[in-house]
Amino acid sequence: MILIGERINGMFTNVKQAIADKDKKVIQDLAKKQTDAGATYLDVNVGTAAADQEAAMQWLVESIQETCSTPLSLDSQKPAVIAAGLKAVNAENGVILNSTPLNKKSDEKIFDKYMEMADNAGPKACIITLTMDKNGVPQDIDTRVAIAADIVSKAMEKGFDSQRLFIDPIILPVKVPNAQVQPGNILAAIDQIRYLSEPAPHMTIGLSNLSQGATERSLINRVFLAMAIARGMDSAIVDVLDQDLMNVVATSEMLMNKQIYSDSFLKVYSGG
Amino acid sequence: MPIPEVAESFTGAVNRVTLGATKDDGGTRTKTVTVGGARNVVYGGSPEEAGETPVVAMDVLDTKPEDWPDALAEPLSDVLDSPGDWAKKCVEELGADLICLKFEGIHPDKADKDAAHAVKVTEEVLKAVAVPLVLWGCGNDEKDNEVMPKVSGAAKGEKCLIGTVTEDNYKSLTAIALADGHFLITEAPLDINIAKQVNILASDMGFPLDRIVTYQSTGALGYGIEYAYSIQERQRLAALGGDKMMAMPVICDVGYESWRAKEAKLEDAPGWGAVDDRGPMWETATAICLLQAGVDIIRLRHPKAVATVKGFIGKVWS
Repeated sequence: MILIGERINGMFTNVKQAIADKDKKVIQDLAKKQTDAGATYLDVNVGTAAADQEAAMQWLVESIQETCSTPLSLDSQKPAVIAAGLKAVNAENGVILNSTPLNKKSDEKIFDKYMEMADNAGPKACIITLTMDKNGVPQDIDTRVAIAADIVSKAMEKGFDSQRLFIDPIILPVKVPNAQVQPGNILAAIDQIRYLSEPAPHMTIGLSNLSQGATERSLINRVFLAMAIARGMDSAIVDVLDQDLMNVVATSEMLMNKQIYSDSFLKVYSGG
Repeated sequence: MPIPEVAESFTGAVNRVTLGATKDDGGTRTKTVTVGGARNVVYGGSPEEAGETPVVAMDVLDTKPEDWPDALAEPLSDVLDSPGDWAKKCVEELGADLICLKFEGIHPDKADKDAAHAVKVTEEVLKAVAVPLVLWGCGNDEKDNEVMPKVSGAAKGEKCLIGTVTEDNYKSLTAIALADGHFLITEAPLDINIAKQVNILASDMGFPLDRIVTYQSTGALGYGIEYAYSIQERQRLAALGGDKMMAMPVICDVGYESWRAKEAKLEDAPGWGAVDDRGPMWETATAICLLQAGVDIIRLRHPKAVATVKGFIGKVWS
């Protein structure tokens, strides 16, 4: 399971404060803790409060890399912010550009630009592409799959390896009115998307978004994660510091025969 | 139309392990042996992904074997009562890469010899040959716990491969092997889950994973080789998939298991061919099958089997 640790995000008060104060220690602690907890990548998101987002992204990347070599997921909706991060990043062990839609009204070619940026960053650079286009986020299964098919065929056209492609079917908060059908739709979409290419693109979701504003957040996240892993999802942006959630990942992977069972399977879950 | 790239690639690799300590490394060996390092399945991927060439460890018993069939004992008859000479012959004349000193004679149901005997034999073999040693207990937990720590001490700093430890009996030998700078063999009864568990247990005691070699009780041709094959294959795939608890090189006991087969040694068997050929053939067939599943160290007994298996390895891995 490719786990992207979500904690270095300007939406969290301590990270926002650390960015404002240029307090490296807070960021480096989070990087180390998430790495120790089993994060494959560390997500880096400057949030919306930073005055100069590009500078903030660079500072975050540099601060993390001073003490930690876990590959990063540069998280922004603005290509310029990701580009700023890429200037500072060491992409030798990989990097994720997180994320782009297939296209948008203001920029039809945005996915091509991301593929170009990824290619320039190195052979292990990956992209998270949202099943979203100029018409916005689809609500139904078929449109999600159709956009995913466009993403995969566009990548193939450009010779972009499907193993460097993550598809995110966009999970919406279950508490939003009329959104309760969405988790089921996502699962059905995952079922189909994984057959779009061989080898299949990676499938990822921003898990915590699902339980936004709800009670029993961790429980909701955990149960959905197990359901999605059973359908073939092989990545997620999660709180790797949530031990209960990590135990669910380890158990789901073991039950799906992705990890060999041993009596101490929880203790040694190492991702992969 | 371009030909699609269909070769599988993997992210993980089998650990690389170098056995034997030279003078510079604090030991007395003049040769070291490196195994592991594969980044693909056998025959899979590019030649660089094949890792190190598999090696042959020839068995030397601490006590003269009384129950060996003539076909096996005869070619070694001049050295069977002297472990030092036996080891020397294996290395200098027969091409053994390693010597596996098997302490058969300490077993309470056999010669029941003591630790002083085992230490003496260890010293004798260390002196007789310059290759790294594998030091293998008798399989009786109580006796192994009494004797093998002393054997470990006698070879301290030589970077031997010592074992075996099991899920139910791992603490003393793991601790002493760690202290004496050896490599450890973890054993499981043809069980992938237990294999992983023993590695975790040894690792919990602070034993570095990159100093472990795993051993699944081997099944010979006709006696469970398909189980051994599929388990070794599964372990290799787990290692390639990045499971650090399964990324160890593997040793197999082909010699002992092959000569247990009645087909290998039954003299009065019209139509089965000459008895002198059958044993070595049984060892060879078993070894070659397991090499293809990804085994790194093969324990053998008969000189003819050693020659054929080494010939095969030379052709496939060169």
